[in-house]
Amino acid sequence: MIGDIQVDAQGRRRHFLSTEGMSADTILGILDTAESFISVGEREIKKVPLLRGKTIVNLFFEASTRTRTTFEIAGKRLSADIININTSVSATQKGESLLDTVRNLEAMHTDLFVVRHPLSGAADLIARSVPDHVHVVNAGDGRHAHPTQGLLDMFTIRRYKNDFARLKVAIVGDILHSRVARSQIHALTALGTQEVRVIGPRSLLPAAIERLGVRAFTDLDEGLHGADVIIMLRLQTERMNSALIPGAREYFDLYGLTPRRLRQARPDAIVMHPGPMNRGIEIDSSVADGPQSVILPQVTNGIAVRMAILARLAGATASEPKTP
Amino acid sequence: MSVCLKGGRLIDPVNGRDEVADLLIYDGRIAGGSAQGPRRVIDVSGLVICPGLIDLRARVREPGAEHKATLASETAAALAGGVTTFCCPPDTSPPIDTAASAQWLNDRARALGGARVIPLGALTRELGGTTLADMAALMRAGCGGVSNGPRAIKDTRVLRHALEYAAGLGITVFLQPEDPWLAHQGVVHEGEVATRLGLAGIPATAETIALARDLMLIEQTGVRAHVMGLSAARSLPLLREAQARGVPVTADTAAHQLHLIDEDIGFFDTHCHVRPPLRAAADRAALREAVRDGTLSVICSDHQPHEPDAKRVVFSDSEPGISAFETLLPLTLRLAADGILPVTAALHRITAGPAAVLGLSNQGLAAGAVADLCVFDPDEEWTPSAQTWTSRGLNTPFLGQTLRGRVVMTLIGGEIRHQSRALPGSPQT
Repeated sequence: MIGDIQVDAQGRRRHFLSTEGMSADTILGILDTAESFISVGEREIKKVPLLRGKTIVNLFFEASTRTRTTFEIAGKRLSADIININTSVSATQKGESLLDTVRNLEAMHTDLFVVRHPLSGAADLIARSVPDHVHVVNAGDGRHAHPTQGLLDMFTIRRYKNDFARLKVAIVGDILHSRVARSQIHALTALGTQEVRVIGPRSLLPAAIERLGVRAFTDLDEGLHGADVIIMLRLQTERMNSALIPGAREYFDLYGLTPRRLRQARPDAIVMHPGPMNRGIEIDSSVADGPQSVILPQVTNGIAVRMAILARLAGATASEPKTP
Repeated sequence: MSVCLKGGRLIDPVNGRDEVADLLIYDGRIAGGSAQGPRRVIDVSGLVICPGLIDLRARVREPGAEHKATLASETAAALAGGVTTFCCPPDTSPPIDTAASAQWLNDRARALGGARVIPLGALTRELGGTTLADMAALMRAGCGGVSNGPRAIKDTRVLRHALEYAAGLGITVFLQPEDPWLAHQGVVHEGEVATRLGLAGIPATAETIALARDLMLIEQTGVRAHVMGLSAARSLPLLREAQARGVPVTADTAAHQLHLIDEDIGFFDTHCHVRPPLRAAADRAALREAVRDGTLSVICSDHQPHEPDAKRVVFSDSEPGISAFETLLPLTLRLAADGILPVTAALHRITAGPAAVLGLSNQGLAAGAVADLCVFDPDEEWTPSAQTWTSRGLNTPFLGQTLRGRVVMTLIGGEIRHQSRALPGSPQT
């Protein structure tokens, strides 16, 4: 059996691959650092010199706008040099293996890779192949993990709700294929959230999901009842009209977040969505743009959280807080 | 010339014998009390002598994937694992679906003079699942039975007629039950580990549904059948029930299924990527019980050597399979050490059990039997590594782990074909 490689023998964080197994102290430490970076984005000169001289490669084997852009901005605000590589122009199209692509970029003295890949475990594989001084940040691998998204969602929840121990959080939609949901679940349970719920059609709830410490619901009203935080997930177009669910109309009917559905939750509940949104499929526009929505602040927070993660890995102080 | 293996512990699962005695070999066969002529005496005290292991499923990667391994490299690995006879499934490239290709493999194996190789011929042409292969010709060319390997026959009508045809000719059919629709793009057992790692799951029903279908058709056609590589607990009651009703069916599981579970995948360990997938602890416990009570009469290695690059990729892109000839014996002995079943019964599952499936005359260590033998040290601890390994494929999750029990000598027809350490004795006395 091969174990977790995110933290080295000296307790230093080398990689950021998954929120699984991450302690509350580690997560809160990153969120605190992110708080201090929020102000950087509000200054006239939006730069700090923490990663000056470091080279970051954004290696994206799957399309992304939000994640890639916020990573690029985060790196630039930390004064790192950023190179973007997208799969459409990459060597893998010519038959080069994933690890060969990484080795070539590593030979150019890359300090940190930000990797997105359509297959689960890709970031883990790369992290196991790079030398000790090179860091890997997972920007989404298949259905497995999207830990920076998970943490920016924790950051957003904390800004509005503060105490996780008193929160009921409902994650709604295609849990089966969602790396975001998995990263949120691990982070929420680590932070001692009172109750984490997943809501979706049975065919989109993964096997044994309760073993991750959540309650599963197939009825939206029941699952939303009394919730403090609602996280809507994107329904990929290829899932519609498939063997998994009948179609967009029935999906919206059963699982779309409308103002009426929202009333099941607490009146001060916040509504989140990691994007990109399908208006009219998983969420009604009046909710997405309504007063309870924090969808755009999530994006803004993403920059500060990603700055905190990049600084934690490639910056000078990289020690993990001690946990018993 | 005769050979005397002196002072070893003879374990003969066929004749239920377990005692310290000298074993005489004369003219390639086990001799009775006294053999004539000059003798070579080999001191094997402290070691166990058992019949050579018979492995119902091993890929040697020839023809078609010689970059992974070759018949030469893998017959040597078989000998290093104490395996004296093994079956090659027909899913080579091209597949073993003609008498010529079966003959070719047999001729190559004979010329190499390593372990004995028994090809399994194709059940359908090109394993395509639509047209029956020339089964009689394949059997005449030396096949031990017919099989569609891991390629499911989706059309139940084709399967029915294939089984009928084989039944009429008295041919044993080897079936690997997997429903291709339920398995879909799955790579691991559908359960908590699949959910955690975000890997597509293969539900146990992919096996049980296919097995139930196969058993019904085996019963209807009366064909002698062997079910390969069971992994799911729920398969075993189906099999037991069929066997109790007298349906002529035997079955095996791979040795790794008796020791590893899905949790051993840890963080995407591609060495644990196997098909059928490693399942849950309850499945492993049920498989162990079925090996103990004989529902599963065979443990096989399911040897599948790979080049390193086949496993140095993202999990779902990696090729399934373990290089397993050399761990078959220690993993089987571990069942006895764990108290699952007595050592004689454990060895039965890798000697007499598979021999019966193949219809080989198997006299164990009785006088007159062909001297295909495995001599092993039951107490030697060793660690699979590049230095201790013979197979071309080093793809094993047991790499670096301590295993107990190691093959010291393998004999084919009385000839020593593998020896891992010097043994005291005189060349001639």
